[in-house]
Amino acid sequence: MRAIFIRLSTIVLFLIPATALAQANVTTFKLRNGLQAVVIEDHRAPVVTHMVWYRVGAADEVPGKSGIAHFLEHLMFKGTRRLKPGEFSQIVAANGGSENAFTSLDYTGYFQRVASDRLELMMKMESDRMQGLILTDDDVVTERNVVLEERNSRTENNPGALFSEQRQASLYMNHPYGVPIIGWKHEIEALNREDALEFYRKYYAPNNAVLVVAGDVDPKVVERLANRYYGLLRTSRDLPERKRPVEPPQLSERRLTYADARVAQPYVIRSYLAPERNPGDQRPAAALTLLAELLGGSGITSVMGSELQLKQKVAIHASAFYSGMSLDRTSFGVIIVPAEGVSLQEGEDAMDVVIADFIEQGVDSEHLARIKSQIGASEIYARDSLQGLARTYGEALTSGLTVEDVAQWPDILQSITEEEIIAAAKDVFKRQNSVTGWLMRDEEGAS
Amino acid sequence: MIRHIIRATLIAVAFAWPAFAGLDIQEITSKGGIKAWLVEEHSIPFVALEIRFKGGTSLDLPEKRGATYLMSGLLEEGAGTRDATAFLRASEELAARFSFDAHGDALSISAQFLSDKSNESLELLRTAIIEPRFDQVAIDRVRAQIISIIAADEKNPNDIARNKFDELAYGDHPYGTPSTGSTNSVNLLERSDIVTAYENSMARDRMYVSAVGDVTSEELGKMLDQLLGALPGTGSPMPKPAVVSITGGITLVNLPTPQSVAIFGHAGIDRNDPDFFAAYVMNQVFGAGGFTSRLTEEVREKRGLTYGVGTFLASYDLANVYMGSVASANDRIAQAIDVIRDEWGKLAENGVTQKELDAAKKYLTGAYPLRFDGNARIAGILVSMQMDDLPRSYIDTRNDQVNAVTLEDVARVAKRLMKPENLRIVVVGSPEGMQATN
Repeated sequence: MRAIFIRLSTIVLFLIPATALAQANVTTFKLRNGLQAVVIEDHRAPVVTHMVWYRVGAADEVPGKSGIAHFLEHLMFKGTRRLKPGEFSQIVAANGGSENAFTSLDYTGYFQRVASDRLELMMKMESDRMQGLILTDDDVVTERNVVLEERNSRTENNPGALFSEQRQASLYMNHPYGVPIIGWKHEIEALNREDALEFYRKYYAPNNAVLVVAGDVDPKVVERLANRYYGLLRTSRDLPERKRPVEPPQLSERRLTYADARVAQPYVIRSYLAPERNPGDQRPAAALTLLAELLGGSGITSVMGSELQLKQKVAIHASAFYSGMSLDRTSFGVIIVPAEGVSLQEGEDAMDVVIADFIEQGVDSEHLARIKSQIGASEIYARDSLQGLARTYGEALTSGLTVEDVAQWPDILQSITEEEIIAAAKDVFKRQNSVTGWLMRDEEGAS
Repeated sequence: MIRHIIRATLIAVAFAWPAFAGLDIQEITSKGGIKAWLVEEHSIPFVALEIRFKGGTSLDLPEKRGATYLMSGLLEEGAGTRDATAFLRASEELAARFSFDAHGDALSISAQFLSDKSNESLELLRTAIIEPRFDQVAIDRVRAQIISIIAADEKNPNDIARNKFDELAYGDHPYGTPSTGSTNSVNLLERSDIVTAYENSMARDRMYVSAVGDVTSEELGKMLDQLLGALPGTGSPMPKPAVVSITGGITLVNLPTPQSVAIFGHAGIDRNDPDFFAAYVMNQVFGAGGFTSRLTEEVREKRGLTYGVGTFLASYDLANVYMGSVASANDRIAQAIDVIRDEWGKLAENGVTQKELDAAKKYLTGAYPLRFDGNARIAGILVSMQMDDLPRSYIDTRNDQVNAVTLEDVARVAKRLMKPENLRIVVVGSPEGMQATN
C-alpha cells in the first residue's frame, strides 16, 4: 500500500537504488572507431536485450532548440537508405521483439528485446540507423504533432508536471538542466528537419555511443558481430566536449507557488542543488543516497515518515529523494503532503524541524544497518531483471562514470559512515541553493 | 521519456519453442493440501512467491465499497505482536519485499525473499496473512491516504474517463465503481467492515499459488502449510457476473484541460469462447500492436493526432468488454475519434489481410517466450494460468492455437465483435466539435 503514494506526485520517487553486482558476468570491449561495449551474460532464458546509448541528451541542446534531442529520438524510427519509414518496427515485431527508446537530460537510448538468435539482425538495423537516417519534411511535421500531443499528455494535462517544470527552471539559473527534456512548447513547435539532422550528424557516431548487450549471449560472438556492423561506422570528428555552462554561486533562496484548479492534493516540495556521482569520486553521492533513504526512503520507518505521518500526524506522505546518476550537479529533494486541516506553511515548518533535528541528533545505527542490508539484498534481486542491469550500465557510461565505478558502488554504499552522512546533510541543506514550491488548488491553498 | 505507452498485451499466448524445455513447471500439493506450481531456479539465491485470492474487490458488500481495497493495504500495517512500524522494520531487516494489492478480480500478495532468510521471512509474512491486526490507528492513516488517492483520481482526466466508462458499462455491479471506493463510502468504513472483508475474501477455496526461485518442491510444501495452512476453507460466495449494459453514443465530461482523453468500447468476448484466439489475433492487428497496429498507423503515424492509441480485450472474470483509449488536443480529438470509428467499421466489414494476419502471428508467437525472463515475472504468469484454469502444458501448445487462426476466423469474429454503432465513447476535456448523445 505504500506504493500507492507514488501516484500523488509526478516526481520520480525511488526506493532502494538499483545497484549492479560484482559477481554479474560483465565484460567490456571497445571498437577501433571508439564504440564502447558492455556485455552482461545470463543464460536463464534465450532472450537478449540490445541497447545503444548516445552520450547526448536534452542538456546538450543549443539554446532556443529545446526538445530537439527527444524529437530526433522519435524521428529515428522514420527510415534509412535501407529501410522504409516504420519498417524497423515491423521487423522487430515480426521477430517477436519489443522495442522502445528514451531521452533524458544526459543520454538518449534505443533498445530491443528479442530471442537471442536475432541479435545480429538488431545490430544490423541499429548500426544502419546510426548514420543512415533519411527524413522528409512530411515525416517531420507529422511527428512534431505527435510530440506536441506527448507534451499534452505528460505536461499540459498534468498540473504536477507543469509545477515541476517551473521548479526545475528556477533551480538551475545557468545550467541547461533547467530546460525540460521534452522541450518548451513554443520551441517544439518551431523545430524542423534541418535542426534534427544537424543534431544527428553531430552526435550520432560510434565514438559517442555505448552498446549494451545483456542476456543469453557469448561475449566473443557479440564482439565479432559488433565489429561486423558497428565497426564500419565513421567516427565523428566534430564531437563537442561535454562541457555545459556552470551554475554561478547561488546566493538567494527561491520560492514559488503554482495554483491550478486541477490540483487535487496540495503539497510542498523543495529541491537543493547536490553533488552527483563522479568517476573515482562517489562517496559524497553515496552519503546522499543513504541520507535520502534514512530521511524519507521507506514510508513510516523513515525519519520523516515516522515523525510527520505517525507521530505528529501532520502528513499523509513525506519523503526524500535523490539519484546521483547525472553528468553534472543534480538535486536532493524533500516533499510533504499535509494531512487534512494542515496548511502548507505548517507542513513545511514541521518538515524543516524534523530535518534540523535529524542533523543535530545524528544517525540511528540500527536504521542505517537495515538500509545497508536492503542495499546488499538489492544486488541479488537486481539480477532477476536483466533489462534493469543493462540500464544501469548504459546510464552510468553516458553519465560520465566507468564500469569500475558501477562495480565499486555497492561497496562504497556499505562503507559510508554516520559522520559522512551528517556531513553530507549539512553540506546539501543550504537554503540559498534551493527552490521551495507550493502546489495549490487555488490562492486560498496558502492559508 | 519513454516513447510509447500502450505496449502491453493482455493474455499469455505460447508456442513450442525449443528453449521451453528449460522451463520445468512442477505441480505440487503440500501435506496440508495446498496446491502450487513451482519452477526451481537455483542460480540466484532468492524466491519469488505469488498468492492470489479470486474475487478481490468485487466481494465488497453493498454500501461497503472500498473495504477490500483498504483491507489489502492494511495487511502489512501491523500483524501478530508487531505494530505497523515493527512489521515494516522486520521486513527491512530481512530485506524481504512484500506487496499487497486488490482489484476487481483478485487480491494479490507478491513476496520476494532471500533463500537464506526464507524461514524468518515466511514467518513474518504468515502473520500478515493469518494474524493481521487492523489497528484503528493504522486504519485511519491508510484511509486518509486512500481518500487522497480518490481525490486525485477525481481530477485526473484518464481516471475520470475510465470510471465513467465503467459506470456506463457495468451499472450497479462492483465493476461499475472504482475498487478504492468513494470518499463517502471509505469514510463510513469501520473496523468490523475491514474484518468482514478479510474473512470474505481470503480463504483457501479461492487461492492460487506459484513460486519460482531457489527452493525445492519439498521445501515449498512445508513453507505453504506454515504460511497458509491456517486460512479458513471457505469465504463468501463468489460475485455474480456483470451485465454489460453499455449502448452506443458519446458521453462528454467537461474538464478545463488542453488535451481531451477518450475511452471507448462495447461488449467483448469471453476468454473461453472458441473464437477468443481469433479475436486476440484480430486485436493485435487492429490496436494492440504498438508501433505497427492499424490504429497507430492511421491516428498517430499518418496524421499525428496522438501520442498513444490502443485497444485491448478486457476479458475479465465477470464481464467482457472490448475497449481502447486515445488522447488528443481539444481541437483534434473529434478527428481522432472519427478515424477510429471509421477503422472500427472497416475491420467489421473487411477483416484483415493475409499479410497483417501473418505479421500478427509472427509477433505473438515470437514474443511469447520472451516473457519468461525473471523469477518474479514467471511466478506472475504461472499464477494467472491457474486462475484461468489452463493446464501446465498450455505453454507448449498455445502457439499452435495462434497459428491455427485463419483469415476466415478473423473475418467472422470481426463481424461479430466490431459494432461501430454500439461504440460508447467517453470524452473528458473541452473537446471542440463534439456533441453528447443520449
